[in-house]
Amino acid sequence: MRIFDPHIHMTSRTTDDYEAMYAAGVRALVEPSFWLGQPRTSPASFFDYFDALLGWEPFRAAQHGIAHHCALALNPKEANDPRCTPVLDALPRYLVKDSVVAVGEIGYDSMTPAEDTALAAQLQLAADHGLPALVHTPHRDKLAGLHRTLDVLRESALPPDRVLLDHLNETTVKPAADSGCWLGFSVYPDTKMDEDRVVAVLKTHGLARTLVNSAADWGRSDPLKTRRVGDAMLAAGFADADVDQVLWRNPVEFYGLSGRLRLDVPPPQTPGDPRGVGGPPLHEGNSILRGGE
Amino acid sequence: MTPLTRTELDGLLDGAARAWLDDALAEAASHAAARTTAGAPPSPPSRIPPWEVRFAAAGRCCSPEHADAVRTLLLHEARADLKTLTRLYRQGAAAERRAVLLSLPRLVDSSAALPLVDDALRTNDTRLLTAALGPYAAAHLDSHSWRQAVLKCLFTGVPLDHVHQLAVRARGDAELARMLTDYAAERTAAGRPVPPDVHRALALAEED
Ligand SMILES: [Zn+2]
Repeated sequence: MRIFDPHIHMTSRTTDDYEAMYAAGVRALVEPSFWLGQPRTSPASFFDYFDALLGWEPFRAAQHGIAHHCALALNPKEANDPRCTPVLDALPRYLVKDSVVAVGEIGYDSMTPAEDTALAAQLQLAADHGLPALVHTPHRDKLAGLHRTLDVLRESALPPDRVLLDHLNETTVKPAADSGCWLGFSVYPDTKMDEDRVVAVLKTHGLARTLVNSAADWGRSDPLKTRRVGDAMLAAGFADADVDQVLWRNPVEFYGLSGRLRLDVPPPQTPGDPRGVGGPPLHEGNSILRGGE
Repeated sequence: MTPLTRTELDGLLDGAARAWLDDALAEAASHAAARTTAGAPPSPPSRIPPWEVRFAAAGRCCSPEHADAVRTLLLHEARADLKTLTRLYRQGAAAERRAVLLSLPRLVDSSAALPLVDDALRTNDTRLLTAALGPYAAAHLDSHSWRQAVLKCLFTGVPLDHVHQLAVRARGDAELARMLTDYAAERTAAGRPVPPDVHRALALAEED
């Protein structure tokens, strides 16, 4: 089973997680920028975070045989802090980077005017940069939040087939599907969806434009939930090709809209490899070998 | 690194990438020309110069294997000065930082770009370490930093072949020999193998 986790915050995860994910079949992921749990107080700490998503984290992922891409944005929660909003002005120079495959995650948190402004501005940035957008639906007041999100999307320059609506559930899947957007389901131990509920939704709504993610982060979450969904789909009678569509082909197609997806990461080094843990990742092996002298 | 010439690169790129590179190099050249024209209006600071967008996009437009060569060619064509190199490094993704480091020997003839090398050597990213330890570091890095860099290669699994002029700088370096001996002792005490590169570097350091 090959798995592409289209929404996971690896900055908060350990190397054990990377190993377990590889063993479970994860070969690619997208890490959207988000809130770190502790509020930031200046644009500079966002820039260091973006640099990590463009530098250190892909390096870590490659050592474990996993292709890492990211989505960058000012998240809705911190869009409410005027100390952080200058991030919006700096985003254009980050959105041109090779491994940025979407603007995200954006959307609503508390549905404030500041969030309206940040959402609209970043949908425009996505359109300007030829990128799709990862738009999450709020945790609180979700259905109203979805409708308000769809209103903003309709007024934006970004067509719905370049938008992934995430954190959907039974109450929001119908209007989300009717909008023409891609549909994301986050499988999270206590909140959001669980694997059996996702399988039930897949049975009702079909597999088209549907993605499943772990949304694993610093909270109580599980980076192997994508695999659990694949197993649950097979147990429920779905075919291998169906699992492949939801867990691989759909996310590849969605993020492939950026034209920047590179999935050719070789397997991780085995223990005892003379290059040792931390050795140069093979995915840039050619250029590294040329780089010496 | 011996940078690929435009002709060598053309042989490796497909038609679309070659056309993209033509445009990118023309933009870089006109940027360089505008800078040397007296009274040329500076571009507004909020807008990214077109050649710098190309610099960022080289991986996806010419494929990651050729990105180093394309980016170093662009930096050369734009005649990027230290201020520009520093900004591109600081604002760059890891692959862009590599290209800046690889370009230093051609574009900076003083030790003024050492802060960029130091920054790269502080990381644990082997892509940056290897790019930082080329001819520029061989020429300008002070002894202490250079020895630390050699040791860091051994720790992070970077083959010492990537350290430019290893033999020249290591020869007769008693302090490096001591550090390598201590490192070998530490590995042995821990029951871990001593990487062959340690013996190799030690032999070089113990030469007169
Ligand atoms: Zn998230």
